[in-house]
Amino acid sequence: MAESETQLSIKNISMSFELPGKGLVEAIKDVSLSINHGELISVLGPSGCGKTTLLNIIAGFLQPSQGQILLNQRAISSPGADRGMVFQQGALFEWMNVANNIGFGLKMQHVDKPKIQQRVEALLDMVGLQGFGNKHIYELSGGMQQRVALARCLANNPDIILMDEPLGALDALTREKMQELILQIWHKTNTTIILITHSVEEALLLGQRLIVMAPRPGRIFREFTPPFAHHSRQHSLRNLKKQTDFVDYREQILSMIWDMEEEIMGSSN
Amino acid sequence: MRLLIIYIVLFVFAYILQRQLCKGPNKTAATQTVTFGDEKSIKPNRLASALSIATLFLLWAAFTGSTLTPIHVPGPFIGNTSFNYTATNADMEKATATVFINVSKPGEQVDKPQTSDTKASGFAHDDGASVQAWRSTLIRAHKNDLGGKDKTYKIIAINNQPIEAEQSVIVEHGVVTMTSKGSLSFTPDKGWQMEPIWLPSPEAVFHRLIEIATDGYQNVGLFENIGWSLLRVIAGLLLGCLIGIPLGYAMGLSSWFRGWFDPIVEFMRPVPPLALIPLIIIWFGIWETGKISLLFLAALWIMTIAARSGVSGTSLSKVHAAYSLGASKFQVLVHVIIPNSLAEIFTGARVAMGVCWGTVVAAELVAAEKGAGKMIIAASKFQQTDIVIMGIILIGIIGYGIDLLMRRAERWLIPWKGRV
Repeated sequence: MAESETQLSIKNISMSFELPGKGLVEAIKDVSLSINHGELISVLGPSGCGKTTLLNIIAGFLQPSQGQILLNQRAISSPGADRGMVFQQGALFEWMNVANNIGFGLKMQHVDKPKIQQRVEALLDMVGLQGFGNKHIYELSGGMQQRVALARCLANNPDIILMDEPLGALDALTREKMQELILQIWHKTNTTIILITHSVEEALLLGQRLIVMAPRPGRIFREFTPPFAHHSRQHSLRNLKKQTDFVDYREQILSMIWDMEEEIMGSSN
Repeated sequence: MRLLIIYIVLFVFAYILQRQLCKGPNKTAATQTVTFGDEKSIKPNRLASALSIATLFLLWAAFTGSTLTPIHVPGPFIGNTSFNYTATNADMEKATATVFINVSKPGEQVDKPQTSDTKASGFAHDDGASVQAWRSTLIRAHKNDLGGKDKTYKIIAINNQPIEAEQSVIVEHGVVTMTSKGSLSFTPDKGWQMEPIWLPSPEAVFHRLIEIATDGYQNVGLFENIGWSLLRVIAGLLLGCLIGIPLGYAMGLSSWFRGWFDPIVEFMRPVPPLALIPLIIIWFGIWETGKISLLFLAALWIMTIAARSGVSGTSLSKVHAAYSLGASKFQVLVHVIIPNSLAEIFTGARVAMGVCWGTVVAAELVAAEKGAGKMIIAASKFQQTDIVIMGIILIGIIGYGIDLLMRRAERWLIPWKGRV
């Protein structure tokens, strides 16, 4: 990592919602985190731990009740092209073909057409969809659609990419290929990525830093620094998964989340 | 009733026949074993559709004595018939005479048959009468009988069957009824067929179509009539879209607009456009302004609601994605919300088109100089049932055609619909 200065700093963020009949619910309480340039951070946690809320605050879709977020020393108040988003599914524009989906961000900034075309071609290449530019979204499989979503977000050269369970709806095999693709792109572009996931394996494989969040109130519970994202340059993901320290990590985190889930069940009864 | 039973019999017969014929073992395609309860596997059987239309036409032709089909249900009696009557006079003498009746086709006038007293006896004399099928005729049998005007003269039997006032006797090819004043009335057998004034035969309707298509009806051409109706529908629908779609977008995008217009839209939506006709006539008169205003109101609420639900049907992640790709509010509206709502708007336009087409015909029934509705209401006043039926069929075909075109356009403009 050549640049290691802080790119995104989350400062004492709290977020509470007014729920009818339940009063004030604290989705996130006093979360602080600083993320360096080019880091790949995976966020893991049981449902209701506020990980999606945190991502939406970083994206600028939500205003936190307290605290602030600085991106390159500037406070975030609204969504912007400097933070790209990849959603689970259904966020592509069906009325455009693949190329227009990928070029959407550039078109919104009135970039010249030939330039957009050039960039789109390069991105199609990067995500392995050469020749698919004229296809319609509904002609693509789920995995291909997520490749388009990834390319669309990369087109803007965002400072940071926010991924909200991007592979959650894919089958296991496609998922593994996409994990490799995400790592490839990360190695190639050196973009900061925050990845929210439900899968412990995915979080371990992709996360250079792994953050486990806990619910009620949503907070950062523990942080790990698994080595596998770096190893993935030399080893295939399948081999990494077989390593004993991978298995140990996985068991440790799984039982941690397991305990949290048990606690939720217990307290609600 | 008869018709319904025959229809059901034909339906069952066709179904059984089809089952027998299609039992062949040469099933090459994979077939599902469970279709009962699996709604998706139920596709309309096109053979059944074809047979259904054929059956309707067959029944129509058979029940109107059409020349298009060889099979007909029994028609009305046409030709010559007769019956005897027996009368008594003051002296209690009995005398018998015959009434000869000529039954003609509807619309034909035939002379009364000549009578020659061949079968008459005593003071009674034979009578002649003529009647058209499906009508009845009053026979003044006493008029030419000796002493027929006396109070004591009385007809006591028809074909040797006793008869009294307000009773009927069935004779060959008809029914003889005695009125309360003692006269006879003859009604020839009607058969099973429909009178042309109730239901003209298919070819009569077809000939009328050609006649009106070439010569027009009441000095207005057929295409002019239909063209006016279509023009009103299109004008009303376009106006409705022009106001309704932006209004719907505003209601979907701003809580102030939503709050302001919600009560109006929710109140106006369940009011059927036909209920507005009286008010529209008072406000705008019966001519074009009134009709187009009515159609505009019919289309407006449908389009507003369609556009509104089109906006709310846009998934949040698409909007979020657009914002985080650097789109402005206006760009989100143009590039995300509008294309995404097209499907809903198209569905709304299809519904609105159907409602407008129904409303325009009804409005023309109330008052119009030209139009499909005006044509059929004018024809009904002259009992020109063939024109009425022709008009109804044309209105149906055009309505169906419009819907077909809209669906075609939808598939062309919104190819992603239902595939995401």
